[in-house]
Amino acid sequence: MAKVDYGTLKKGGFMRQKQKNNFSLRLAVVGGNLTVEHLKTIAEVAEKYGDGHVHLTSRQSVEIPFIKLDDVETVKEELAKGDCRPGVCGPRVRTVTACQGNQICPSGNIDAYDIAVKLDERYFGRELPHKFKFGVTGCQNNCLKAEENDVGIKGATKVEWKEDACINCGLCSKVCRTGAITIEDGKVKVNEEQCNYCGRCVKSCPTDAWDTTTAYLVSFGGTFGNSISKGEYPLPLITSEEQLFRVTDAAIQFFDDYGNPSERFKFTIDRVGKDKLYEVLKEAYDG
Amino acid sequence: MADIKFDEEIDITDVVCPVTFVKAKVALEELEEGEVLAVTMNDGEPVQNVPRSIKEEGHQVLKLDDNEDGTYTLLVRKVGD
Repeated sequence: MAKVDYGTLKKGGFMRQKQKNNFSLRLAVVGGNLTVEHLKTIAEVAEKYGDGHVHLTSRQSVEIPFIKLDDVETVKEELAKGDCRPGVCGPRVRTVTACQGNQICPSGNIDAYDIAVKLDERYFGRELPHKFKFGVTGCQNNCLKAEENDVGIKGATKVEWKEDACINCGLCSKVCRTGAITIEDGKVKVNEEQCNYCGRCVKSCPTDAWDTTTAYLVSFGGTFGNSISKGEYPLPLITSEEQLFRVTDAAIQFFDDYGNPSERFKFTIDRVGKDKLYEVLKEAYDG
Repeated sequence: MADIKFDEEIDITDVVCPVTFVKAKVALEELEEGEVLAVTMNDGEPVQNVPRSIKEEGHQVLKLDDNEDGTYTLLVRKVGD
């Protein structure tokens, strides 16, 4: 029997189980969305080649356990027929996670799934010094826990009051959780220092008396495994997709350039220096 | 702004989310299109969320009055389906 190349298997999402010659196959899932067709294919494969169950991973993926070594190639082919791709493990860009975003959730500021798909197309599987995780959350409620990722993206809304449309109901000031909105003599004022761009004022406004810009807050250096650390926000608000991807390109390239093997992004930042990273990010931010 | 006349009123200060919104929604369903409902709710979570949910249902929010006793009264005009 040929020697088993576990490295290649792992890269292709086959995780070695403690049971000899059994593998748990991780699938590529973006933003936690699967079609019914995907699910049918997964169910068929799990029934035929696994032990009839699947595992939902902590990062919105699906694993089919108990795939036998001899069936690996067949399983890959059957999955491909149903448009299912194997996922990845090891030192590369992992599954991009996302909340449901503004296409489903009333609180969402951005189309989190769409951003996740674009990140996936741009970076999925890219070889790096260590694993690299992206997470996209639609708003300040942070259901997707942006800061636990190497790069976390949080949907935001930049607001500007439209006096003409305002009926002075006072709701915006009431729903603002940071106390950024004050109303004096019928004039609504937003304190930029206090505003966290959550968009609650816009969503509650009965007359849509706000000009809005879709925006992104991006955190860097989160990790939530053996070491726990929250990603930090060195940049001001990002106000276009183009600017967002310039910044994510710069972050990933920084890790590629400076990261040591088996060193998570956070520790590269600590070792090389935050100032150095922030300089690179600022440059990308400014274009 | 002159005081707005309302057709029905409802007090949701005795319930918590999600019943707050449900009570307001049921009260609105019983009104005719164009009629105005006054909804009195507590400060905090209700005033943060109920007006927004009513807006998302498509009704027209007219005004929010601070009763200065820890409650607010929201005036809503019913918009039909």
